[in-house]
Amino acid sequence: MIIKGHAHRFGNDINTDDIIAATYLDSQDPKFLGSKCMENIDKDFINRVKPGDIIVAGKNFGCGSSREHAPVSIKGCGISLVIAESFARIFFRNAINIGLPIIELKDAFKIKEKDLLEVDLSRGIIEDVSTNDKFSTQIFPEFLQEIITYGGLVSWVKGQGVTK
Amino acid sequence: MGLTIIQKILKAHTDDKTLRDFVHAKVDFCFGNDITAPLAVKAFNNAGFDKVAYPDRIGFICDHFLPARDKTAANNVKLLRDFSQKYKIKHFYDINNCGIEHVFNIEAGLVQPGKLVIGADSHTCTYGGIGSASFGVGSTDLAVAMHTGKCWFKVPQTIKFVYKGKMPKWLSGKDLMLATIGKIGVDGALYQAMEFSGPVIRKLSMDDRLAMTNMAIEAGGKAGVIEPDELTYKYLKVVQGSKFKFNKSMEKLYSDKDASYSEIIEIDVTGMSLQVACPHLPSNVKPVESLKKIKIQQSVIGSCTNGRITDLRVAAKILKNRKVKKGVRTIIFPGSYAIYRQAEKEGLLKIFAESGCIVSSPTCGPCLGGHSGILDKGESAIATTNRNFIGRMGSPESFVYLSSPAVAAASALTGNITHPEELK
Repeated sequence: MIIKGHAHRFGNDINTDDIIAATYLDSQDPKFLGSKCMENIDKDFINRVKPGDIIVAGKNFGCGSSREHAPVSIKGCGISLVIAESFARIFFRNAINIGLPIIELKDAFKIKEKDLLEVDLSRGIIEDVSTNDKFSTQIFPEFLQEIITYGGLVSWVKGQGVTK
Repeated sequence: MGLTIIQKILKAHTDDKTLRDFVHAKVDFCFGNDITAPLAVKAFNNAGFDKVAYPDRIGFICDHFLPARDKTAANNVKLLRDFSQKYKIKHFYDINNCGIEHVFNIEAGLVQPGKLVIGADSHTCTYGGIGSASFGVGSTDLAVAMHTGKCWFKVPQTIKFVYKGKMPKWLSGKDLMLATIGKIGVDGALYQAMEFSGPVIRKLSMDDRLAMTNMAIEAGGKAGVIEPDELTYKYLKVVQGSKFKFNKSMEKLYSDKDASYSEIIEIDVTGMSLQVACPHLPSNVKPVESLKKIKIQQSVIGSCTNGRITDLRVAAKILKNRKVKKGVRTIIFPGSYAIYRQAEKEGLLKIFAESGCIVSSPTCGPCLGGHSGILDKGESAIATTNRNFIGRMGSPESFVYLSSPAVAAASALTGNITHPEELK
């Protein structure tokens, strides 16, 4: 699967309150949650973001609460992929479970705001079209790859026949 | 090679002979609250699931936006109530019979030592304080666990923390944890379990231990855990009553001598200052003495971190026969109704009322900026809660300082961040 979009840069320790403020958690609507994405730290973000764009962040992206509303909000505003130097663990599993593509890339800091990226998800290859830089990442362990291939936890469970 | 306590519990919940890197384990109890569980119900319904595996192993504890702050909040609780009736889920708890989930679940006996627990709430790591393997997960995890009785886990490595030395007066579990997060950072224990041990932990009260395990997530931890001991079982007998039954398997709830740790960190508590985490990260920790000039407009005492009876006793001891500073809104929110009633019995609620505090119902409200204590632009609060991110308690231009109940109570009296020893 190839993803192509422009980069939106964020720093280290972007927490789930930054991604979607708690006051909106009574909604389960991806469109509404998407319209409030990053409101506390970057009010203009949702005006700049175009469908297919990519979030590029530093360390510990998605730290804080377990709210699945956070990856739902990111998906809901049109983001197709999150690249970060590292992810907080609940955000990491939530993203995999709901089928939001994520990539761990130690060199994420080399990617600049607005760079055009072309990403081959299955091979873990990221091309920064704006700078001609190429990065490769480690593919996730087999167990996770399987859930990702199924498109999320629910499809994986159904496909595996692990339902009781 | 031996196993850590977390690895042991995970292994006991799989059919595997040896522990693998990833496991698909049977869950003893899974739960969510009034903001995460409605999303789980939506995922459950969207998946086309039409049955739950074990109705008695599922819990919905409504605590975040309650008492219902608006129509949407009320509707979310109704949705959970209806779902519970449809699938015969016994453990649905509305406001008048529960409390904050991580306080209530222990009192209600829904979590026990040695059990594997998942919760759609990040502070699910709290139950490691009584020797459970308990992990925060998301709403889809909860939906799938309700349907299958199972959840997937990456088996974590463990960092062992050994606390030694002499505990100074007023120092609490909260201070130890803030100091620990300050030392290793908000991602210092990423993907790993944090095991708290050493002579200081053995002497620490259960409420203090639970304040520590509660905040493991603030260092990125997957779990916070303390090997259960006599005190643990004595405590559970008191708070759970007949719901707690000691059994032989609990005697195996320790990390093997030859268990492998990714790191062992020793912390000497002798002479340690009371700790305050400054905006906007729980790792931005400073000694209380260095923050005397910080003015506060609100003091919040309670939450799943510090809303237990020991916490309220400490606050009451400081507030007794004193008045909170004019202009400082001081909100006490006990962790559960059992604690509320206990505080009433001990005369603590009267002390709070007479000193000018307000006592709220048990709720997550102000802690996450939901309701009942929201900060305006430019305002600062001292809080015994667990996070001080930008906008956590309201306006993105407000400021939250995290502390122990002793510092929050002392600061309510002066209007500045204050060490309790400084009070006249």
